[in-house]
Parts: sequence; C-alpha cells; structure tokens
Amino acid sequence: MTDTTPLISARGISKNFASIEVLRDVDLDLQRGEIHALLGENGAGKSTFAKILAGVHRPSRGTITLNGQPVDILNPIVAQKLGITLIHQEPISFPDLSVAENLVLGRGDGGWFARVPWSEMTRNARALMDLLGVRIDVTRPMRGLSIADQQMVEIARALASDSRLIIMDEPTAPLTPKEVETLFGIARRLRDEGRTIIFISHRLEEVRALCDRVTIFRDGNKIATDTIGNLTDADIIRLMIGRPLKEFRHKARAEIGDVALKVEGLTLPGVFHDISFEVRKGEIVGLGGLVGAGRTDVARAIFGVAPATSGTVTVAGKGVTITEPAQAIDLGLAFVPEDRAAAGIFRTLSVEENISAAIPKQIAPTGFIRRTVEKALAQESVRKLSIKLASPRQPIGELSGGNQQKAILARWLLTNPSVLILDEPTRGIDIGVKAEFYDMIGDLAASGRAILLISSELPELLALCDRILVMSEGRLTADIPRDQATQETIMSAAVPRTARSGVAA
Amino acid sequence: MSAIQTPATRELPPARPRWQVIVVRPETMTLVLLIAALFGASLLSPYFLDVGYILRSFTLSAEFAIVALVLTMVIIAGEIDLSPAANMALSACLFAFAQQAGVPMPLAIAIGLFAGLVMGAINGIMVIALQIPSIIVTIGTLTLYRGLAQVIAGDKSIRVPDWFIGINTVLIAGIPLTVLIFIVMSIILGVVLSMTIFGRQIYQIGTNEVAARHAGIRSQRIKMSLFLLMGVVSAAAGLMTASRLGSVRYDLGLGGELQMVLMAMLGGTYIFGGRGTILGTFLAAWLLVIVSTGMTVANVPPSVQLVVQGVLLIVSIIATNFIYSRTQR
Repeated sequence: MTDTTPLISARGISKNFASIEVLRDVDLDLQRGEIHALLGENGAGKSTFAKILAGVHRPSRGTITLNGQPVDILNPIVAQKLGITLIHQEPISFPDLSVAENLVLGRGDGGWFARVPWSEMTRNARALMDLLGVRIDVTRPMRGLSIADQQMVEIARALASDSRLIIMDEPTAPLTPKEVETLFGIARRLRDEGRTIIFISHRLEEVRALCDRVTIFRDGNKIATDTIGNLTDADIIRLMIGRPLKEFRHKARAEIGDVALKVEGLTLPGVFHDISFEVRKGEIVGLGGLVGAGRTDVARAIFGVAPATSGTVTVAGKGVTITEPAQAIDLGLAFVPEDRAAAGIFRTLSVEENISAAIPKQIAPTGFIRRTVEKALAQESVRKLSIKLASPRQPIGELSGGNQQKAILARWLLTNPSVLILDEPTRGIDIGVKAEFYDMIGDLAASGRAILLISSELPELLALCDRILVMSEGRLTADIPRDQATQETIMSAAVPRTARSGVAA
Repeated sequence: MSAIQTPATRELPPARPRWQVIVVRPETMTLVLLIAALFGASLLSPYFLDVGYILRSFTLSAEFAIVALVLTMVIIAGEIDLSPAANMALSACLFAFAQQAGVPMPLAIAIGLFAGLVMGAINGIMVIALQIPSIIVTIGTLTLYRGLAQVIAGDKSIRVPDWFIGINTVLIAGIPLTVLIFIVMSIILGVVLSMTIFGRQIYQIGTNEVAARHAGIRSQRIKMSLFLLMGVVSAAAGLMTASRLGSVRYDLGLGGELQMVLMAMLGGTYIFGGRGTILGTFLAAWLLVIVSTGMTVANVPPSVQLVVQGVLLIVSIIATNFIYSRTQR
C-alpha cells in the first residue's frame, strides 16, 4: 500500500434529519497516521460527520471510500468490521460485565450456544491493556472504573478489532489533566503505528497540542482544512463563527429598572461554581456558552428544580430560599425549560390543560375547576400568541414544536411573572415562528419583565440581549455589554482554552 | 406580538370529531362488555336477571371494588399499590385483636383505621422519600403486612361481636350498605378526579412528572396523600370484610390486590399512568361481578372462571392500549 492514497475519502457527504439539512456536501480526506481535529460550534455538523463515518447515521448523499474502495457503512457493526471505531464521551458499555467481557462485545462469533472462552478472553484483554500501558484489572466490572479507564477500555476495544480509524468525540471533557496526558500519549503512539485518529474537542489548547491537521465546520458546511500550525487561535474562532449576522433587533428598547433577580455565589459542586449576576426589570440578559457549560443547571437551581448547595438568590430585593418550583412561581419566577418533551408538555393532555397547568388558583379558587374561566384564559392565550391548532381540546402532542413551545410560554405568561428564564426557547423551531418569538421576548421585556435568555445561538443572543453573560465549564467567564458583544468576544469566553486550569481550582 | 401572520409551516391534523372523542374510549368497551355479560348471563340462567341477586353477589367483592376506586387514582398518578389486601387483613386483625382484648369498640375501630393510615404512610414514605419504585415497595409491604397479620392472629379466627356482623345485610332503599358505600365513593371520587384541581394534577403527574414539577405541581405531596387515602380506605374495607364474614383471620382478602388491579385495568386505566377514569373502574367492578356470578349460576367450575377472568384482563389491556394508541398520536 502506498501512503499517498488517503485512508478515508469522503465526497459530497450530506445529511438531512427530517427536512433539516445538518451536513452539506462535505469533502474530506483522512491520511494514514494523522490525528485530525474536527472543530465547530454546537450543531455545526462535526459530530454528525463523525457518526456517519462510524455507521451511526447514514448519509443522505455522498460517497465514502476506504483505501480507495467505495464502502457503504450501514451500521456500527459494519463500521467495526471495516476498522472504524467511535469512542463516545461517556463510554457506552455494560457496567456490570467485566472489562474483558466488554472488550469482546459485538464480536458474536460462534453462535448463541458457543462456549465462552473465558480464560483466553482474559488473557487477550490483559495483553491489550499491557499494550496500552494502562493498569486495569480486566476481571473487574466496568462499573467501578473511572471515566478515563472506561475510555481506555473503549480504546482497547478499538485495538482489539484492529481499527484503522478511531474517532474520539470530546474524549477529554470528563478527564483530569493527568488522564488527558495519558490519553494523548496513547493517541500519539497509535498515530505512529499508522492509525488515523479523529479528535473532536472544543478545547483549542488540546487540539494544538495533539493534532496534525484540523477541519472546521460551520452550519453543516466544511469551512476549512489546514495544518494546525498554519492557523492561529483567532483564525480558528473566526472560521468557526464567521457567518453573517442575521438581523433581528428587538425594536422596543425597554426602560431598564430595578434589580429583579440577583444571584450571588451560587454553587453546586461539580456542576457550577460561584455564579453571580443580576437581571433588571426590562432587561434581557443572555446566558451563552457551549452545551454542558452549566447554563441550564444554573437556571434549574434558581427555579428550585435542583437547588444549589450554596449562594444566595434575591428576588425583587428580598433574599429567598427556593427549594421547589412551586415557591419560585409564587415569587413571580417562570422557567421555560430546554427539553420541551421531557420537562415542558403533558403530551397526551389537552392544549387547554397544558396552558393552565401553572395557575391552579386562578382556574380553581375553590378547588373545583371553573371550565369557563379556563377556556377563556386558554383561548385568549391562543389568540395572543397565535398558536395554530385545530381545537384547544386536542392533545398538545398533535401540535408542531413551535406551537407547543408557544403553549408553554403561554402557560408561564398566565402566571404574570416578573422574571422569565427562557432556556433555548427557539430550539427546533421553524424560522418564521422564531421571528415571532423574538418579537414576543422583546415585548415582554418592554412590559417591564426581567428576562434571562439561555441560548446556544450567537445571533439570537446578539440580537436580543442587553447584556450577555458567558459560562464555560461551570464558571461565569464574561459579562459583555451589548455594544461590545460580538460573536468573537462571546466565543472566546465560551471556549475552554487552558485545559482544566479554570475548573481544577 | 398581536397580529403576526405566518403561513402554516405544517399541515395540522384535523381535530377528531366530537362523537369520536366521546365514544372511542376504553370505558365504552367496558360498558359494552358489561351489557354483553348481562345478556349472556341471562341466557345461561333465567333466574339471573334478579336485581336483588346481583346486588347480593356484589357484596362479595364490594370491599375490593371500593379500594379499586382509590387504586385507580394511584395508577393514574403513575404509581401502583399492591399492598391493600394485606393492609385490609392487618387492619382487621389489629381491630379484632384489640376488641377481643377488651378495648371498647369505637377505639378498636379507630385503631384499625389508624393502622391502615400508617401502612399507607410507610408505602408513601418509601416511594416518595426513598425513591424506590412503588411496585417493589408494595410487593414488599404486601408480604410484610400479611406476615404481621399472621403474627398477631396466628392461624385462628378472631370473632367479632354479633352486633358488628352483617354490614352487607343492612339494606338502605333495597341496596346493601357496602354496595351503597361503593356507589357513593364512586360519585365522590369521580367528581374529585374529573372536576377538581387535585384530580387534574393527578393526571398531570401521571402523564409527565418532570413537567408537572416544573409547572409548580407538588407531585410528592399529591402522591403521599394518595398513599395515605389508599391506606385508610383499605383499612375501612378490611373492617367491612370483617363485619361481613363475622370473624377475622390473617388470610382475609387474600389475593384481593389482583382483583383490584383487574378492576382498574378492565376499566381502561392505563398501567403507565396519566389515563383512566373512576367511571371505568365502576363499570369494571360490575362487569366482574356479573361475569363470575353468571358463571356460578350456570354451574361453570371455579377453575374455568379463573381462566375467563384472565382472558378478560388480557383482552382489556390490549384493547385499552389499542384505543389509546389510535386516539392519541
């Protein structure tokens, strides 16, 4: 084999989920013996591309050739047979089986009733661990292992099936600096053996330390592929976010009043640390950062879903302790959660019941539900927010995502909240409805409510917010006023750059 | 945000016609089965269609039926309680033991009811505070309560005073008292479940507890009150059974939990929570009584009766699931 043919050539890879195109005509060559970084914002398409290579998703269009041979990677088993292994961030394994058993998973040779060659299996597993230079007792169950060790087992599994392409999707996020070093050492050794590694990470430092080449994705497109030495950090960030800013400017600049919500030193160990900020009446404060930075956790803590262990919350000048959402609601807080299906809607119940869920005292002052009151309130909401439905009695699950989200927003508006926390309010919503939401959020602020807007979409934050807070790895890393906020300033605060130093302390 | 017109981005499915909403539901199936059973039983035996006979037959399962009403609410809230029959036995044993030991009757009754409340509280605390799945908790307490009943009563029968015997023979307007209690309880709980905010929130918890908590619904409080209600009502049912039988043994109501679950399921209550009605359970209780007495009248051996009950349960669960999956996309 000559070294000039790439190990993998992907040509014109596109992927649609339902009608949404998440990957568009991606061409990429991966060479033997290189560590290749995939970079991009959340949702840029890098993980989707990796999953296509690993057979988790099938491309909607495009071809993949392996060693010059066209291949069809139907599913992860085919991928493994072709020598492609995907290592997940949180390793997927069978926690109650031993390390050795996990190593041979998915290699069902010998039929259902074949004898399991226990001793041979253990011997092979030990040999693999020695090869990696890690000391893990292969007879122990996976459950007791650290995340780092579990990843080692996954890597060992890749070696066991003699993988030529190993894809690591954010492998370092849960690791300590020392474990990261071990992982990097192994990755380099595998590269020197001529294997190819795809390394997906948000951490530029790590990419710089480990990778040979880097490919940057943005909005489903491949933007650039280059040797890492040719790019500065600033270049990379610019390439990651450099899309034209869409123009949504909330028109009514609201009168900014007193502090409505103040948070000081909020901490939930291991999740977020020492979070302090305030939101004033009429103000829209953005909370940006990468997925997993702890933004949602802060919101959940304020609202009492999963309270913080220390720190203070002040609502309208009064110190409060909120241990369950019911208390938060009584204090005039509202929280539109990120995961609509899991924490928002009652799928099989009627739109009416969904809208009136947070105002039992209004619809049933005596305990008995006043149907006419409920109906009127629901109809009013449907009209105000122009929720599209066939009947307010139909199950909310029959509505489109955007209309479900409007119904949830309607639920909270009926509580007449003074502080609204919106967690990714426009995720998975069509662009037209999105614009409606932006107008509504602007109007809500103009009517004197304080709004905390969590969003991963930079244009959304830039368009709507008076101030943007940025979180990275559980800490607040920036508080950027509107006139200084750019995609660059937000992203550079959001990307964890010095590996771990921010958090380990 | 008043009048922003956006083109409909997705075709909305049309709302189901109103008659479908009303007719296509599991309770309809229960009602149809009930009518069919009445018809079939009257064919099997001309003596069957005697209201007095049906009501007398109903007294044999009235206690279970009363508990099944509360169980329906527990299941709609997304939990289950398999301990009520054992609770009935233990409460009744404590009551009988106390009155035999010379405790005045009102106090003995109070002891029995309070014991039921405590048993409900034990279930509730383990499910809510310790976060153990209710099916595990109540299988455990089912054994525990029954075992305690045996410890207290041994394998002897404890007699109750003569005046306490025969609640099932007290007729009010021609209806045995226990049956009347069942009917009144059905109306009360039916109103609570369908017309009050408490009932509404039971459905919401059962549909999506996480969303309910986010909406400020105190799901733990509601579940706890359901387990407590379950405990008290079970104890009351235990005392009624003691009155009907005239004596108490540790095996009072043995296997009753299955009858209760059967009534709830047969009435269209969805085992995973969020759906079901008191009306369904009400109809299912009558259906079960009519099926079993019908078969008894027709001299069908008890073993075959069991088979029929099992088939009924399976058919009803399949039908319920089918109806829910068709009507709720």
